[in-house]
Amino acid sequence: MNEITSTIQVVPLEYYIFLSVTLFSIGVLGMLLRRNAIIAFMSIELMLNAVNLLMVAFSAFRGDAKGQVFVFFIMVVAAAEVAIGLAILTMIHHNRGSVDINALNKLKW
Amino acid sequence: MKLALLIPVLPLIGFIINGLFGKNLSKSSSGLIGSGTILGAFICTAVVFVQFINAGSVATEVTAFDWLVIGDTTLSFSFYVDQLSLIMMSLVTGVGFLIHVYSIGYMHDDENFARFFAYLNLFIFFMLLLVMADNFLVLFTGWEGVGFCSYLLIGFWYKTPAYNDAAKKAFIMNRIGDLGFILGLFVMFSEFGSLQYTEVFANAAQYSESNPAILAITILLFIGACGKSAQLPLFTWLPDAMAGPTPVSALIHAATMVTAGIYLIVRSHVLFDLAPETMWIIASVGALTALVAATIAAVQNDIKKVLAYSTVSQLGLIFIALGVGAYQSAMFHLLTHAFFKALLFLGAGSVIHAMSGEQDIRKMGGLKKILPITHITFIIGCLAISGIPFFSGFFSKDEMLAHVYNDSICLWVIASATSALTAFYMFRLYFLTFSNGFRGSEQQKHHLHESPSSMTTPLIILAVLAAFGGGLGLPMELIGIEHAHFLENFLPDLEDANFELSHQSEIFLMMGAVALAVGAWLLAKKIYKEKKTLPSDNVTGIQKLFVGKYFLDEVYEKIIIRPFQLLGNALYIFMEERLIDPIVNAFGTLAVAKGNFVKQLQQGNTGFYIFGIVTGVVVILIANYLIWFR
Repeated sequence: MNEITSTIQVVPLEYYIFLSVTLFSIGVLGMLLRRNAIIAFMSIELMLNAVNLLMVAFSAFRGDAKGQVFVFFIMVVAAAEVAIGLAILTMIHHNRGSVDINALNKLKW
Repeated sequence: MKLALLIPVLPLIGFIINGLFGKNLSKSSSGLIGSGTILGAFICTAVVFVQFINAGSVATEVTAFDWLVIGDTTLSFSFYVDQLSLIMMSLVTGVGFLIHVYSIGYMHDDENFARFFAYLNLFIFFMLLLVMADNFLVLFTGWEGVGFCSYLLIGFWYKTPAYNDAAKKAFIMNRIGDLGFILGLFVMFSEFGSLQYTEVFANAAQYSESNPAILAITILLFIGACGKSAQLPLFTWLPDAMAGPTPVSALIHAATMVTAGIYLIVRSHVLFDLAPETMWIIASVGALTALVAATIAAVQNDIKKVLAYSTVSQLGLIFIALGVGAYQSAMFHLLTHAFFKALLFLGAGSVIHAMSGEQDIRKMGGLKKILPITHITFIIGCLAISGIPFFSGFFSKDEMLAHVYNDSICLWVIASATSALTAFYMFRLYFLTFSNGFRGSEQQKHHLHESPSSMTTPLIILAVLAAFGGGLGLPMELIGIEHAHFLENFLPDLEDANFELSHQSEIFLMMGAVALAVGAWLLAKKIYKEKKTLPSDNVTGIQKLFVGKYFLDEVYEKIIIRPFQLLGNALYIFMEERLIDPIVNAFGTLAVAKGNFVKQLQQGNTGFYIFGIVTGVVVILIANYLIWFR
C-alpha cells in the first residue's frame, strides 16, 4: 500500500486535478453538445470517472482510505445505472427508431 | 392498601377489552367482561374497606405515579382512601355492578352491545378516579371523564338526531359548570400553591371566615357542582339526558355522576365552612331547584321524565342540606337516593321493556298483575322516596329536614313542600302505571311480559337496599340509645356542628312529614286510581307553567342561543365570507398564475433540461466562490 501511495505521489497533485477537471469538462460539453443519447450516456460515465480519479488521488495524497471506499460505491451505482439506462435506451430505440434526445419531447406540461 | 390501585384499573381493562375487541366477542362474553370487572372492583373495594377499618380508620394516600413535576411542585396521580371515598367507591362499584347485570338483559337486542359495556366501564373508571382522587386535579380528570361518558351514553342511539342534540346539550351545559370548576382550581392554586386535599385544607384552616379568596373558590366550585348535579340554572340538560338507554339514566343520571357535585362540596367542606355566604347561595339554589323540579315532575307524562325531574328535585333537597352544613345527612340521603332512584329507574326500564319502548304513562295502566316483581320493587321505591316510615328515604329525608329546620324555617317549609310533592308525583306515576286497566294498543298488550331474571335480580337487590338502607343511619337517639347512628360514627368530621334541635321537636317534625307524605299519597290515589283521571294535554292556569317546564328552555333559546347564532352568522358573513375567504382564495389564484407562467419552461426538450442543470451547477459554484473566497 505504501509503495503504491508513494508511486502515485510521484506525480504532483495538481496534475491529477487538471486531468480530472479536463475529463469532467469534456463530459459536460459532450452532454450539452451531442444529441445522441448513447454519447450523452458515455459523457455521464466520463464525468463520474473524473470524480473517481480525483477521489483516489486525494485519498492517496492524504493517506486516508475513505475516498477509495467512496469510489467503490460510485462504481457500483454507475454500473447499476448503466444497466438500467442502456435497457431504457434499447426500448426507446425499439419504439421510436432513434436515440436522438431532442426527439424525446413528449413528456411536458 | 396498594390494592386500591387495582380498583380503577379493573374497569379500565374491561373498557379496553370491550372497546377494542368488542366486535369479535359474543354478547354473553362482553356482558360477562363488562360486569365481571366491576364485580372485581367491588370486591377489591370491600377488601380495602376491611383493611381500612382494621388499620384503625386512618386516611391513607396511595400513589400510583408522579404525574406532573413543575419546579418544586409535584402533582402525583394518587388516591385518597378515607371514610368518604370508601363510601362513594362502594356505592359506585356496588350499584354500578347491579346496573351492569341489569344491562345484560335490557340491552340484549341491541347490535352495539359491546360498545355499550365499553362506555359503561369507562364511566365507572372515571367515576372511581373522581371519588378516589387525593388532589383536585385528579378529581377534575374524573369529573371531565364522566361528563364525556355521559355524552357518549346519552347519544348512544346516535341514529336519532334528537338524542344527539340531547347529548350535546348535556355536554355543553356541563362545560359551563366545568369552566367555573377550573377557574376555582386556578384561584385555589394561586392562593394555596397546591391542589393536594391535605395541603389545601391545612392552609385554609388559617384563613378567617368570609375571606374573599375562599369565597371566590367556593362559589366557582359550586358553579361546577351546579352543572354536574343539575341545579338551577343549569338543570335543563338532565331531563333531556333521558334519551340514553334506561340503565344509563339509572347509573349516571340518578345514582352516581349527578352526585359528583355533592361529593365535591362534602369533600371540600373545610373551605365551604369558611364561606357562610356561599353556603347561603347553595341552600337557596337547592331550595329553588327542589321546588321547581318537583312541580314540573308532578305534570310530566313520560315515565322517565318524571323520574328525571324527581332526581333534580332530590338533588336540590340534598343541596339545601349541604347549605345548612348537614354534610353527613346529605351523604346519607345521597346513598339512600342512589338506591331507590336506581331502583325506580330500573323498574321504569323494566316497564318500558315490557311496553316495547312506550314511555307515556297515559298509555300504560294495569301492569300490576303482568309485571309482579317489577310492581313490588317499584312500590318499594315509591315508598322509600316518599318518606313513608321505616323505608330508607324516611330516615335520610327526615334527618335532613330536621337539620334544615334547625337552620331556617323558611327553607324547611320549601323542603317539606317538596317532599309532599315528591310523594304526590311518585304515587301519581305508580297509580297511572300499575293500577286500573290497560290503556295501550292491542299489540302492546299482547307483547306484555315480565323481564328476564338478569333484570329482575338487580331490582330485587336494590329493593332490599332501598327498603333497609335506612339502617345506615337509624335515629336511635330519639328512643334513648345514643351513638348508634352508623354514618354519624363513621363520618365524625362531617357532623353538623350547629345542630341543637331537641328530640321532641325532631319527633314532631318527623310526624308532620309523614302526615304530609301519606296525605299526598292518598290524594294521588283519589285522583288517579279512584277517579281514574288521565292527565290531558289541555292545561290551564299555573299548570301551563309547570307543563312548559317554567319555559326555561325557551328563555335560554331567546337570550343565549339566538344571540349566539346571530353572532355566529354575522361572523360567518363578515369575517369568513368577506375577509378570510378572499385572502385564502387570493393565495390560491396567485399560485395558479405563477405556476402557469413557470410551466412554460417544461417544454420536453431534454437538451434544454441538461443545459439548465449545468448552468445551475455553474451558477452555484460561482456564487460559492464569490461568497467564500472573496
